[in-house]
Amino acid sequence: MTAIDLGLPALGGLDGVPTTDEPQKAKDYKSDQEVRWCPGCGDYIVLNAVQSFLPTLGLKRENIVFVSGIGCSSRFPYYMNTYGMHSIHGRAPAIATGLAVARPDLSVWVVTGDGDALSIGGNHLIHTLRRNVNLKILLFNNRIYGLTKGQYSPTSETGKITKSTPVGSLDHPFNPVSLALGAEASFVGRALDSDKKGLTEVLRQAAEHRGSALVEIYQNCPIFNDGAFDVLKDADDAKRRIINLEHGKPITFGLEAEYGVVKSGFAGLEIAKVSEVGMENVVVHDATLEDPSYAFALSRLSAQDLSHTVTGVFRNVKRTTYDDAARDQVEQAKAAKKADLRALLHGKDTWTVLGD
Amino acid sequence: MTTDLGNGAAPGAPETRKLDRVVIRFAGDSGDGMQLTGDRFTSEAAAFGNDLATQPNFPAEIRAPQGTLPGVSSFQLHFADYDILTPGDRPDVLVAMNPAALKANIKDLPKGGILIVNTDEFSKRNLTKVGYAANPLEDDSLADFQVHEVAMATITIGALEETGLGKKDAERAKNMFALGLLSWMYHRPTEGTERFLREKFAKKPDIAEANVLAFRAGYYYGETTESFAVTYEVAPAKLNTGTYRQITGNTALAYGLVAAGQQARLPIVLGTYPITPASDILHELSRHKNFGITTLQAEDEIAGIGAALGASYGGALGVTSTSGPGVALKSETIGLAVMTELPLLIIDVQRGGPSTGLPTKTEQADLLQAMFGRNGESPVPIVAPQSPSDCFDAAMDAVRIALTYRTPVLLLSDGAIANGSEPWLIPDVDELPDLSVEFATEPNATDGSGEFWPYVRDPETLARPWAIPGTPGLQHRIGGLEKAENTGNISYEPENHDRMVRLRQAKVEGIEVPDVVVDDPTGDAKVLVVGWGSSYGPIGAAARRVRKLGLPVAHVHLRHLNPFPKNLGDVLSRYDKVIAPEMNLGQLALLLRAKYLVDVQSYTKVQGLPFKAEELQDVLAEVIKGVGA
Repeated sequence: MTAIDLGLPALGGLDGVPTTDEPQKAKDYKSDQEVRWCPGCGDYIVLNAVQSFLPTLGLKRENIVFVSGIGCSSRFPYYMNTYGMHSIHGRAPAIATGLAVARPDLSVWVVTGDGDALSIGGNHLIHTLRRNVNLKILLFNNRIYGLTKGQYSPTSETGKITKSTPVGSLDHPFNPVSLALGAEASFVGRALDSDKKGLTEVLRQAAEHRGSALVEIYQNCPIFNDGAFDVLKDADDAKRRIINLEHGKPITFGLEAEYGVVKSGFAGLEIAKVSEVGMENVVVHDATLEDPSYAFALSRLSAQDLSHTVTGVFRNVKRTTYDDAARDQVEQAKAAKKADLRALLHGKDTWTVLGD
Repeated sequence: MTTDLGNGAAPGAPETRKLDRVVIRFAGDSGDGMQLTGDRFTSEAAAFGNDLATQPNFPAEIRAPQGTLPGVSSFQLHFADYDILTPGDRPDVLVAMNPAALKANIKDLPKGGILIVNTDEFSKRNLTKVGYAANPLEDDSLADFQVHEVAMATITIGALEETGLGKKDAERAKNMFALGLLSWMYHRPTEGTERFLREKFAKKPDIAEANVLAFRAGYYYGETTESFAVTYEVAPAKLNTGTYRQITGNTALAYGLVAAGQQARLPIVLGTYPITPASDILHELSRHKNFGITTLQAEDEIAGIGAALGASYGGALGVTSTSGPGVALKSETIGLAVMTELPLLIIDVQRGGPSTGLPTKTEQADLLQAMFGRNGESPVPIVAPQSPSDCFDAAMDAVRIALTYRTPVLLLSDGAIANGSEPWLIPDVDELPDLSVEFATEPNATDGSGEFWPYVRDPETLARPWAIPGTPGLQHRIGGLEKAENTGNISYEPENHDRMVRLRQAKVEGIEVPDVVVDDPTGDAKVLVVGWGSSYGPIGAAARRVRKLGLPVAHVHLRHLNPFPKNLGDVLSRYDKVIAPEMNLGQLALLLRAKYLVDVQSYTKVQGLPFKAEELQDVLAEVIKGVGA
């Protein structure tokens, strides 16, 4: 077997999607369906942020599609006045892949949760990221199964007491950002449901990225895992714990930006006091590094106990997308050979039986 | 090469006998190239104008240990001067390339049959490997057959001596020696094979030349050794006028899809995962991207059908191809397609089950899975081709149903027709049916609101509109949750669910399918044999045979298993006895009994091989005599 360099030109994330000059408002994106999440659910804030953000893209609303799996977050498409499909548990990336391949004129968004994306749909998620299909994947992570009423999820901390684990869960949790980077995702970001500005900024960059963009959104489940991210929500705590990434800027955090991220050991990163290491040694964030190890090291800066949490865009690199390449192969084949059905059916070896 | 193919035999040349049909089976080790040999002989027969049918039979292992029984691979072909229906029950000629091939196949060779043996492989070691205590060529265990012992490897190596090719490479061309010998015996044209070899090995001219030389060596061996007293001729068949080609079921099915895409003016997205015996459909379609076909080899069966459904949602023709185990994995997505009422084609090339079962062997045991293998009331139309070439029409018909009624459709092929081949009367492209569809473009709400309601139905077909993303003003949401009638909004209302379940059922039951045509030449049969899918050949051949014995029988063959043709109940009720032969434990019989309250008698067999016409002849004769024809 031989490999061929596909060598396609780089495109923007929304190139090919028709735009409109008509001004749009958040309410244009609200469907007529009553939103049925529990009171206080973090999903409301995310829905609101997305509905406020989409008008800024200036796309024709009918060319936006939301595809979801199963779970609380996956009800999302019903509330969006766009096209949408609420599909099967874990399978949204697969369905969205077929849609994206068939339709270059659509902006396709996948809405999923930690159970949907990382348990039942783990295989589709990593393969979608590997292929780099032009999809924006919003992974709502509340570290619990909500719709099935409170079992631990693949992002729950070990030892979690739930209905299905009365003496503590045994599983080691996934770090969704590390997982996506391990699959060589071309775009990986993280944001908090409560931080509309930060979330919108990550969404904007994801939308503009051509290829798979995985955005992990920490989202509170007030019923089954309330307060899971509370330590990140107090203003002072947030400054101490959240390490927000900005491309081209030194990575610092803390009440007075007194901490920074520096290189450590073999391709690793660690947290240090800026006053001790010197500002010149603080890493300047570069999301465009080809080698995913740097972004991976960022994702490993802390355990998932939220003592520190990295947010923002970890990685944003250009790589040919699967759907562009698939369409290109079809177009090249069409240009090279006429679609002659008669010739195809006849093939090379025929014989003719004549009448008497 | 000049070979005398005519009747102008020289004095002393072997006698030539005319035959109306011959069945040849090539059998050897998996690495011996038996499939290629059989394919080539088939092409020669096709080029000569015989009617033919073929049946490959190979192990699931790519290379089982050399010389062992599990490693035996065979290819049977039946060619005739009249229209035939099956690859033949038993070979008239068996070519055995080693002791394992002999042992595995000799029981099928009738008394007096011709046995051609490659003696070079009959070493003590190889004999022991397959449990021969004594060399069967040396005792009288083969006394019932006309045995021709030929040192094929030795002669081939000798013939290639001057090419400078190593012994091992030279020896590998012995299958072409066998083909040459058989080509001589049956007066076959040879130019095609030589051309084929030169094309196949175009990049390795020395190998091409070696194969041509081995092929000729086999031919000349027959001509010169005088050990063959008789050669045979099978005249061209009188087939319907038109242009023919040889085609396998999987290729015909792929072509049917290409044609359907063209006739529907839709791009095709095949989302699939490799699985025996369906992978060749992927291989074939991936070569025809110029027809607007995208082939997506997904990470698993579920992703394959998911991508196909996503593409259908986007307005393409979504197709997924698999075998029984894959259908099991896809069933949840088929359910979603039922609920979202989108067109989707699911191809199941059936194989022996359950579980991994017999990957390379045939069976018809997925009928009930196709019919009922989903949660909830989830009706899916089922279409089954009856022969390799029929896969073309069946694929187009399945696409017609999917597009017209906005429904997933299951196309049930099987291993026997997928890999089997026969001549195909190539259809006139201008006469293929128009399958074009119209997407929804306007709001359709019946309450004057000016909204778009995705679940308003066409009164004739009960199909809902196909409103694809990108259409202004028709934004809507669909999904797996139950829909409110018309608006398509989520609904948990009890009466609505009951109504929607019945509507989905009514839509499938209302699909227009042609009435069954009863094949009963004398019109006085009291026994009806009913079959479906690939058993058409053996059932049809058996019906002909019993009629020749003066025993009338009617034959009905079902292409549409869901819904059944409207006249089927009436037809079934007209006969004293209905018998349904199936390669399962009576799945069609169960459906017919349940639906029509007819006392259908089953004849079942699940050996991974097609029925033999001979055995069905006996079954039918017994039943017919039982009702006192």
